[in-house]
Amino acid sequence: MGERPVELEILRYNPETDREPRFQRYSVGCREEWVVLDALNHIKETVDPTLSYRWSCHMAVCGSCGMMINGEPKLACKSFLRDYVGVIRVEPLAYFPIERDLVTVIDDFMDKLARVKPYLIPKREQPVSDGEYRQTPAELKKFKQYTLCINCMLCYAACPQYGLIPKYIGPAAIALAHRYNQDSRDGGRDQRQEEIAATEGVWDCSFVGACSEVCPEHVDPAGALQQVKIASTVDWYREHLMPWKKK
Amino acid sequence: MAKSSKPVVWGLFAAGGTVTAFVTPVLVLLTLLAALGHVVGLLAYDGLHAFASHWLGKSLLFAIVFLSLWHAAHRLRITLHDLGVRSDTPVAVVAYAAALAGSVAAAVYLLRI
Amino acid sequence: MSRRPYVREVSKSRWFLGQPRYLRYMARELTCVFIGAYSVLLLVALKRLSEGREAYEAFLQALASPAGIVFQAVTLAFALYHTVTWFNVTPKAMPIQIGEAFVPGGVIIGAHYAGWAAVTVLVLVLAEAL
Repeated sequence: MGERPVELEILRYNPETDREPRFQRYSVGCREEWVVLDALNHIKETVDPTLSYRWSCHMAVCGSCGMMINGEPKLACKSFLRDYVGVIRVEPLAYFPIERDLVTVIDDFMDKLARVKPYLIPKREQPVSDGEYRQTPAELKKFKQYTLCINCMLCYAACPQYGLIPKYIGPAAIALAHRYNQDSRDGGRDQRQEEIAATEGVWDCSFVGACSEVCPEHVDPAGALQQVKIASTVDWYREHLMPWKKK
Repeated sequence: MAKSSKPVVWGLFAAGGTVTAFVTPVLVLLTLLAALGHVVGLLAYDGLHAFASHWLGKSLLFAIVFLSLWHAAHRLRITLHDLGVRSDTPVAVVAYAAALAGSVAAAVYLLRI
Repeated sequence: MSRRPYVREVSKSRWFLGQPRYLRYMARELTCVFIGAYSVLLLVALKRLSEGREAYEAFLQALASPAGIVFQAVTLAFALYHTVTWFNVTPKAMPIQIGEAFVPGGVIIGAHYAGWAAVTVLVLVLAEAL
């Protein structure tokens, strides 16, 4: 296994001493098979213990190590050094405030996620003695891809509308709301529509499509958003043109 | 939070996007051919007059003009916002009003034929 | 330890520069200028048609001016870009599930292209025959 010199340019920000972020360059010997996260760990262990970043699983499951790598939202644990030439520029996820170095403030996303009620709201509560809420494979398939979301927020860092309109609920939260709306066991759509059919919900999306392009789990939030738009439009016409029909 | 009334304007935008995707290229091709000297039967005065005299022709022409204008107006509204124009409400009012005015004019012209 | 989160400014009018993905998006959005302008051209055609043979034939003359030809050629390019970008995202907006499996996106897109080809040929044939 070969080792080669790698240069990384990392955005640093120390809230106690820095007025604004600045880039710091590190040159370290890295193994051929390493990912960017390995390089960061190596720097922290051998060069600069003050470097701050989030990570946990190192296998694209936990969703903690999202960052901008050469301007593209990426999981650091899934980005191989060998795929980059020259200096690798590492920054915190775009559009989120910087807490320190590569650590961002994610309260906004957490708040929005909670608001869309991303959990099963059963159509009718049934006692445990009645057994499981059953579902066919076709019904499962309808929403399965959206369950793969790991809340890594790469889609937010890719979405210009989120950057321009901070109130916008954004891709992952709406895709997760859609995931439960599509679930045959769920009856919570009306509650979720209160949030996602509002102006700051799906209507701030202009279908740039970047969210789906950067998703490391191949979820398609952009698709979910368009489907929510179509369903909300059908709702609207039903409510306004056929008022005699009950919701 | 209140549900948005965007579905009205978006529904027409989506319908217009679909219609223009299917027919605008061939329409441009026809007028471009006419401009280059090959006026097809439909675009000659007698052909188009006959087409627009029939109620079906009128309806088709009106639908195409209305939905294309609306599609363009809605997308222009979004694009202006993307370009940093923050007064969305006035932009929206002007854009949709222009699309509606154009459509009313189209209806008037068609009814005169 | 004190918290003092740093907020990076996003340019409200230049955010799409230097990002190929965002530039492609803006190019798609700009198709509306040409779709809109061409709709106005159709509107003018109807006006001239309603005014009689002379007015309409003068309109056809104007179309054949160099400016008219350049405008239409550019519009054709943007209209084609609109069509391609519109059809290519149809499986996202309208996925079709048959039984358990979803119809592959390529099939939905292909069906749109086939429909587009049919409409185009039909219009060309009918327009020529009239």
